[in-house]
Amino acid sequence: MSNNQAVMGNFTDVNALIHAAEKIRDAGYKEFDIFTPYPVHGLDKAMGVQRTILPYISFGAGVTGLVSAVGLMYWTAAVDYKLSIGGKPFFSAFFGLPIMFELTILFTALATFGGLWFLCGLPKWYHDFQHDEGFRRAQDDIFVVSIFSNDKRFSLDSAKNLLSELHADNVRVVEAQS
Amino acid sequence: MNSAVSATLSPSTTSTKAINEAFHDEPLREPLVLGKPTLNDVTRKVLDIIESKPNIKFLAALSVTLMMALWGGVCIAYTIYEGVGVWGLNSPVFWGWDITNFVFWIGIGHAGTLISAILFLFRQKWRTAINRSAEAMTIFAVICALTFVLMHTGRQWLFHWLLPYPNQMNMWVNFRSPLMWDVFAVNTYGTVSLLFWFTGLVPDFATARNFVKSKIASRIYSIFSLGWVGSARHWHTYEVAYMIFAGISTPLVLSVHTVVSFDFATSVIPGWHTTIFPPYFVAGAIFSGFAMVMTLLIIAREVLGLKDYITLKHLDNMNKIILATGMMVGYAYAMEFFIAWYSGNTYERFVFINRATGDYAWSYWIMISCNVISPQVYWFKKLRRNVPLMFIISIFVNIGMWFERFTIISTSLHHDYLPSSWGYYSPTWVEISIFTGSMGIFLTLFLLFAKFVPMLAIAEIKGVLPGAQPKHHHHEEH
Repeated sequence: MSNNQAVMGNFTDVNALIHAAEKIRDAGYKEFDIFTPYPVHGLDKAMGVQRTILPYISFGAGVTGLVSAVGLMYWTAAVDYKLSIGGKPFFSAFFGLPIMFELTILFTALATFGGLWFLCGLPKWYHDFQHDEGFRRAQDDIFVVSIFSNDKRFSLDSAKNLLSELHADNVRVVEAQS
Repeated sequence: MNSAVSATLSPSTTSTKAINEAFHDEPLREPLVLGKPTLNDVTRKVLDIIESKPNIKFLAALSVTLMMALWGGVCIAYTIYEGVGVWGLNSPVFWGWDITNFVFWIGIGHAGTLISAILFLFRQKWRTAINRSAEAMTIFAVICALTFVLMHTGRQWLFHWLLPYPNQMNMWVNFRSPLMWDVFAVNTYGTVSLLFWFTGLVPDFATARNFVKSKIASRIYSIFSLGWVGSARHWHTYEVAYMIFAGISTPLVLSVHTVVSFDFATSVIPGWHTTIFPPYFVAGAIFSGFAMVMTLLIIAREVLGLKDYITLKHLDNMNKIILATGMMVGYAYAMEFFIAWYSGNTYERFVFINRATGDYAWSYWIMISCNVISPQVYWFKKLRRNVPLMFIISIFVNIGMWFERFTIISTSLHHDYLPSSWGYYSPTWVEISIFTGSMGIFLTLFLLFAKFVPMLAIAEIKGVLPGAQPKHHHHEEH
């Protein structure tokens, strides 16, 4: 089913929001989201959001950075062009410690940055529901709960009823625009 | 203790839960934001700064800093055209204001990362009001620092020789050189700071996109906001990313000034060749960075009316850090002298006695009075909250930390092993102009930042307002 409709409701109280998130999760909805002006602690758990894989991406990149640093220093100084500096060994695990450290950090940072936006599906030129005034206010001072039509359990009435039962304000159907 | 809390803490009800709830409702700590703003107030406060027409004071300030930057640019061009001979460097002093300024600027940057990363890991929520501008400062300071290292190389158009890339000479760089480590450390630092800063800005750009009145401005913020809509699923990943950034920036910030200090410490020059340099430099960097943050934020909260957001509590906390790091720096100064005496090394002893009594004694004592003596006023809470006083002290510390670098560099070089080659270094007008030029670049960028970029971390401040976060008993595991 395509994501051409959403049932939205607004919240202003954060405790009621957490409660609502738990109820929607327990009702079995998967394709729903909550838009908030700031990160609300515990909301991800209440919604049943799976833990992100970002740390693995970052860690993998960090290891890659470390290996690249060692490889770069070893290959350039001990293989490709043997450069004798003060008669010291061409390669040692210690002299390049700062380089290894910095490249580990650099790769981790780049991957964390790229991974974050990749996992979020951003950048995006538009959002299907960005024309909704309430939805835009989620960047200011309200929490917007949104159940999307591509959820398997979705029906307009049940979604609307659920949000109303949870005391959401201004429960409304928003048509996607794209 | 107020009555609500003491009532809850009566002997019969002293359960942890009761205490927690009492504290949650009636915080004993000073509030992070004064005036009890609503979420919308925070949005408006920050966007009003962006949307207000630049007034005459702003334009005047901007034109002064731009002039400074432009004149600095002219002198940079002159240096490139004529060579570094236009500077006052001569045997035996081949590092002068260029490296002094490099270390000065890179040190300034450290406060930004300390505030955004280390204070984040230590759960110091008061950082939210100041982290944005401190991070911006970091980036601008790194830009200034890069200018000086680039200039001091002499043949600036060959800067790419510093990077390991396959070339027609089949030559690679020397990874044993601390100068090479510097290339990696400073560039990594600049890149990571920029990514961290931008990541923090994305949600606030989204807020600006949604609520600025100008269509064009909204379009521009829209591009920088990457289409952020505040989805809780995104926030989840975002917070993990933020934590990773904080986790890697913490050792990074310690490493950068450590590597900078290696430029000196791995040489065999008396006065430089000491193991205390890395911690001493890191403490000094944080010290100077906080002083610069103070200088700029005291002006900003005054001019932009941010007193409810950047409160006396924030300034008080920063002054405590200035006092602590100032004492560390003072300890390092004393320890250097002790080790010089204890080492029994004639040259080492000579350098330090010369530092305090020789040709550059004036510079040494400026450093001691600004860095060690002036922050001592911060032992008193009253003085830690006295805004005019802390403005003056922050300027003193800025001056003192500049002179620290100058003292370390000049005194160790100008009298080396051979008395016949002793000399005295003083800068030429070109060096002085490039330094004021870098000040101009820094301040110009900061003014533009304050005008066009959300200057307070909107989303983060909203998250620490009272009642912004759910109470704990909503978690199911309890």
